[in-house]
Amino acid sequence: MFKWLEKNLPKIVMAPAVGLIGWFVYGFVLWTLYISFTNSKILPKYELWGFGQYEKLWASRKWLIAVDNLLIFTALFLIFCVVIGIILAIFLDQKIRAEGLLRTIYLYPMALSFIVTGTAWKWILNPTLGIQKMFRDWGFENFTFDWLVDREMAIYTIVIAGVWQSAGFVMALFLAGLRSVEDEIVKAAKIDGASLFTVYWKILLPMMRPVFFTSFVILVHISIKSYDLIVALTQGGPGISTTMPALYMTQTAFHKSQVGLSAASAMMMFMAVAAVIIPYLYSELRRENAR
Amino acid sequence: MQDSLKSSSYQQLEQKSKYTNMFLRWFLYFILILFASYFIFPLYVMVVTSLKTMEEIRQGTLLSWPSGLNLDSWAIAWGGRGYGAGDTFLRPYFWNSIKMVVPAVFFSTFIGAMTGYVLTKWRFKGDQWVFLFLLFGCFIPFQAILLPMARTLGVLGISNSVVGLVLVHTVYGIPFTTLFFRNYYVSVPTELVKAARIDGAGFFKIFFKILLPISAPIIVVTVIWQFTQIWNDFLFGSTFSFGEAAPIQVALNNMVLSSTSVKEYNVDMASAIIAGIPTLIVYVLAGKYFIRGLTSGAVKG
Repeated sequence: MFKWLEKNLPKIVMAPAVGLIGWFVYGFVLWTLYISFTNSKILPKYELWGFGQYEKLWASRKWLIAVDNLLIFTALFLIFCVVIGIILAIFLDQKIRAEGLLRTIYLYPMALSFIVTGTAWKWILNPTLGIQKMFRDWGFENFTFDWLVDREMAIYTIVIAGVWQSAGFVMALFLAGLRSVEDEIVKAAKIDGASLFTVYWKILLPMMRPVFFTSFVILVHISIKSYDLIVALTQGGPGISTTMPALYMTQTAFHKSQVGLSAASAMMMFMAVAAVIIPYLYSELRRENAR
Repeated sequence: MQDSLKSSSYQQLEQKSKYTNMFLRWFLYFILILFASYFIFPLYVMVVTSLKTMEEIRQGTLLSWPSGLNLDSWAIAWGGRGYGAGDTFLRPYFWNSIKMVVPAVFFSTFIGAMTGYVLTKWRFKGDQWVFLFLLFGCFIPFQAILLPMARTLGVLGISNSVVGLVLVHTVYGIPFTTLFFRNYYVSVPTELVKAARIDGAGFFKIFFKILLPISAPIIVVTVIWQFTQIWNDFLFGSTFSFGEAAPIQVALNNMVLSSTSVKEYNVDMASAIIAGIPTLIVYVLAGKYFIRGLTSGAVKG
């Protein structure tokens, strides 16, 4: 008995982690999946109801707006974060004075919660006292910047705040990537007459492919999950114009008490994330095994 | 010989492009400073706004300097105005967050360390799959577990309590903490452990005598990561707690959204800074570890 315990001690020590994750992650996802196939309203019901909730979901105007917004947000968020991140990383890589200070400034938003970020940007973007007023006071009487209260434009304010929060992170990833490249490669290319621009465009950036891939996965992941920022900045408004899937899910569950429908939306989010993450994990694992 | 030739031609090249370089460098600094101001702008606005009176806010612009060091809004944000109902302020919720963060960080870090230790130093058949099994937990969108979790916390009788949030944050921190410790311990030579085993040291002795003493850097990274994640969490906090058990981010959001009277932006900004200060301090003091956690927490490997 004691011997058995000793032999299996490592597995016993690991059991809590495996058990907790097995139950709270995998078990719960299956549970949610099950709920999504029932006609649960305020309380869960357990007789199966088929794909009704999914049909209802994709017929809902609000959900379609949420998906639309997610696509717009993800595309812009990705492009701006990556472009700004790369520019900052390349520029910082030129033996800059005060590099440490600049890096700290670019990255500090990552330490703040989206609620804090959202609160700050909401104040800056509000038309009566924020940026719009600032420019008008400076003499640009006709200056208008009221995206926050404009149905068509409000989604872009979320992009502004989101990029502000995450661009520095992409910068950090690319800077680490650039720093890991051997100096000799750059030197050799310069001797061959390549300009600095060519060195980066033709040699270094193509070498950063794994970093691109990683940034892509992480940013898409952040954007699918984005919830806090929208709650703090627009609460999905004006109207429902800035609703996103994560917000739709919680509102449907906890305000509208449509538990089955909200489970279906949660499963759609889960599948979207899985579609990005599983190939990523697979390729990472293959790379590690190849080492 | 060839080497010196190469390096001299390299120097010539450097010389030739000196003027272009000078122009480029000015451009470089210009862009870098431009972006720095974009990043610093909201923080600056938050700080100056929190120091103004509402009268100053209406008269000045976002950027204008406050007339003095007026800490009234900070006092109101932290301790309230001193009248009863409807007076929300951050102090109790700040402590809620502390009470939630400390145990949750401790438990998740401990479990992660143990699991990472087993996965690297007591390897068994299929341990790779166990790791993958745990790792996937880093990525799941929490919306997919929200409904069952709400029900489970209810059944356990710990919904709307700090204890419930400690459980939630501990569990969903485990994939990350395991990842950190596993990747750190992988690089520790297994020979050390093997030698100790031959000398008769047991499972726990090896951990406490050999691995723990060299784990300081990864413990710092993990604690900072977990602290930041849990302190900044809003989804779990707002779903599983309300009223008095709410953590600070939820309280901040409620405070800002409540439109009982005239909007007081100075108090809002002071509140936002108070909610953000603990993680900002950690970032400024331990930026190196913060970044390391960030890049490896999000990037496997």
